[in-house]
Amino acid sequence: MAALRGRERGIAGGAPRQAPAPPLRPAEFLRWAWRQLTSMRTALMLLFLLAIAAVPGSVIPQSPVDPLAVARYRLLHPALSGWYDRLGLFHVYSSVWFGAIYVMLMVSLLGCIVPRVRVYWRGLRARPPRAPRNLVRLPAHQTLELSATPREVADAAAAELRGQRFRVDEYADEDGRLVVAGEKGFLREAGNLVFHISLLVVLIGVGVAGLYGYKGAVIVVDGQGFSNTLTQYDEFTPGGRFNPADLPPFSFTVDAFHVSFQPDGPQMGAPRDFDADLTYSTSPGATPRHYHLQVNHPLEIDGTSVFLVGHGYAPRITVRDGDGHVSFSGPVPFLPQDGSFTSYGVVKVPDAQPTQLAFEGYFLPTLQLDPRQGPISVFPDELNPALTLLAYHGDVGLDDGIATSVYQLDRAGLTRFRRPDGQPFRMQLAPGQTVTLPHGAGSIRFDGVDRFVKLQISHAPAKVVPLFGVLAAILGLIGSLFVRPRRAWVRAREDQPGRTVVEVAGLDRAAGGDLAADIDALSSRIRARSGEEEEAP
Amino acid sequence: MSTADLAGWSNLAISTATVVYALALLAHVTEWASARQVRPVDVEAGVRVTVPTGAPLPPVAPGVEPASTDPPDRSAVYGRIGLSLTLVAVGIHAFGVLSRGLAAGRVPWGNMYEFSITGALAVTVAYLALLWRYRLAWLGLLVTGFVTTVLGVAVLVFYVPAGPLVPALHSYWLVIHVASAAVAGGGFTIGAMASALYLVKSRWSGGYLDRIPSAAAIDRIAYRVHAFAFPLWTFAVLCGAIWAQYAWGRYWGWDPKEVWAFITWVVYAAYLHARSTAGWQGKIAAWIALAGFATFLFNFIGINLWGSGLHSYAGI
Repeated sequence: MAALRGRERGIAGGAPRQAPAPPLRPAEFLRWAWRQLTSMRTALMLLFLLAIAAVPGSVIPQSPVDPLAVARYRLLHPALSGWYDRLGLFHVYSSVWFGAIYVMLMVSLLGCIVPRVRVYWRGLRARPPRAPRNLVRLPAHQTLELSATPREVADAAAAELRGQRFRVDEYADEDGRLVVAGEKGFLREAGNLVFHISLLVVLIGVGVAGLYGYKGAVIVVDGQGFSNTLTQYDEFTPGGRFNPADLPPFSFTVDAFHVSFQPDGPQMGAPRDFDADLTYSTSPGATPRHYHLQVNHPLEIDGTSVFLVGHGYAPRITVRDGDGHVSFSGPVPFLPQDGSFTSYGVVKVPDAQPTQLAFEGYFLPTLQLDPRQGPISVFPDELNPALTLLAYHGDVGLDDGIATSVYQLDRAGLTRFRRPDGQPFRMQLAPGQTVTLPHGAGSIRFDGVDRFVKLQISHAPAKVVPLFGVLAAILGLIGSLFVRPRRAWVRAREDQPGRTVVEVAGLDRAAGGDLAADIDALSSRIRARSGEEEEAP
Repeated sequence: MSTADLAGWSNLAISTATVVYALALLAHVTEWASARQVRPVDVEAGVRVTVPTGAPLPPVAPGVEPASTDPPDRSAVYGRIGLSLTLVAVGIHAFGVLSRGLAAGRVPWGNMYEFSITGALAVTVAYLALLWRYRLAWLGLLVTGFVTTVLGVAVLVFYVPAGPLVPALHSYWLVIHVASAAVAGGGFTIGAMASALYLVKSRWSGGYLDRIPSAAAIDRIAYRVHAFAFPLWTFAVLCGAIWAQYAWGRYWGWDPKEVWAFITWVVYAAYLHARSTAGWQGKIAAWIALAGFATFLFNFIGINLWGSGLHSYAGI
């Protein structure tokens, strides 16, 4: 990576005053703009912009990551949310401006890489560069006097350099001196190019997955089933080219869910393990199979993976309306809010007569009455379960056809039930308990507790493309950071019969190596290979 | 020895190590303070030279010990005391980390306390490993100061008793992902210290600053350490992505931790580019390296404490 754009030059400094330059022709302007875009300065600016642009997405809730958090945020900050929507701040990483930055960065990268691949390709096939006229001026050089002939010295030098994995070229220069030129370290630039090209590969792989893949989340109550159709998902994020008809037609049932918590000690209440037994079939009518689903061990069906990501409680609730009819009955998932599984949930009863009913409140798996905070949950397991609810009547907001979350209550059309003294009608239920609502509006019964599992179902095609892209990038990076390109020259001429003057010199093209010591070592190896005894200095 | 005993030994060792590091820090502070009277020394010739303030100092080859001219060179003595104390402390520290792992029956980096003590160990070990090769003794003050602070905060604020892991961490990727992140973090820390000292050295001179290598030499060391840490950080992020694919069903989901890992990566990439760009070398590049370290620290501290997201079990 270092020195990817070696041609960069500083333009600062006192430029002499010039007559105003003639306006650029369109072609010149385009060339100028291209130079600017592909310059290292611009690339650095774009890198910083990318870093800064990524920040808001870690502060503001993101709809592709956590749609519920976004919905909550919208309720709390309606005015601000309008601005965020305009700026795309609820989906930073798929917003136009974020895309613009990385597309520019990629163009800048390509504009830099393509010419350099050409240069590198030519360099690979070129002979090592000829020796500079004045080897003494190079950063490291030595002069030897040997009794071997120039031919013998050149052969020795060539053999030695080849042994050190230099590419070697031998020639006689215009003064008739024998020159051995060597070059090595081509892997640095190769690594450099591989690293940058790999980044493009990673981006393409991620892009393909984003276009053709999908990601969804679903909550399934213990004992219930799921079939892979769009309507069954609680959250669903499709890629741009995703077609709902492509969903593989598998289905499964959650047969049993197990969870254990640390019962004592300093980590009391921490989850120890949770897993679920599934029965699944790959398509309707296929043989059902069993799978033991655990965290970190997803179930793979036809390229789609089912992950166990969470769990919680679904109290079973029965609501009778004012007319005495059962207008709702079943388990309702309450979403965990903290480590003790204090869980928030909503029950909407649009079928109740004469008025629609709604309930919101908390499920507490292990109830304890705190003198200051009131009812709280002190342990995540179901030891002393209780429901504390507020009740509403009015319009639950399901009739106007607008999609609403089942985990949130829009209180706009609702009125709270109140006690005769004007306080909100708050109830607390233990399993099996029934509470009658005021004014003959009906009753609610807490039948018992089920558990649910939260599953993530996703399909990410071409996963191996970014994987191998990053692996190649790391290898390239190592090459570009740790390989040191080097050139070396050995020049021999006969000074007088039986005495050959040998100049040895080297040039490092990346800082960090101990060039002087290596040239010393090279000199003594040449001396030894030429059949000379080690001379006293 | 029972696991409870081991956990107790671990706590004792970490607290003791913190105190010994603090003593080492004190020795290094004295080392710097007592170098105030020492006049600049031309380390290559071993001859005193007078250097006008602000003038570039004679280049100091790393690896050349400053020739001692005052026979009882107090500064050097305190430097050696500091280093000896650091060696003692790192032994106790390593025992504390090891016994913590044995007490919990797993690798000792399952929560913020454990990551802090392991990360601090990575910093000291990186410092000691490079000490002989690059003569890093002049980093002693910053390293002991940093490690004392990290351990102190870990013991006082982040401490949680040893125990088993939450289910999402039951994976061997925990070992690879966090270990590589910790070692890369150790590298970034040493690199940031070198870059900070480079900035100090290129602005001020006098006292102890005249005994440390030249600004150019410090800059080279900073670059080498960063060049080592950056590919490792890339690898750590890659391992995190593979693990995320197994645990959460997606390899990259812009979780706050992932966002900041990406930001850190981008800023250090900018550093490596800046170092080879005319007009950006030297001070600007050093500032970029410090910015990268700030994003790394924020990811570890800020996101764990205030952020929400899938990595939040890594919190206290």
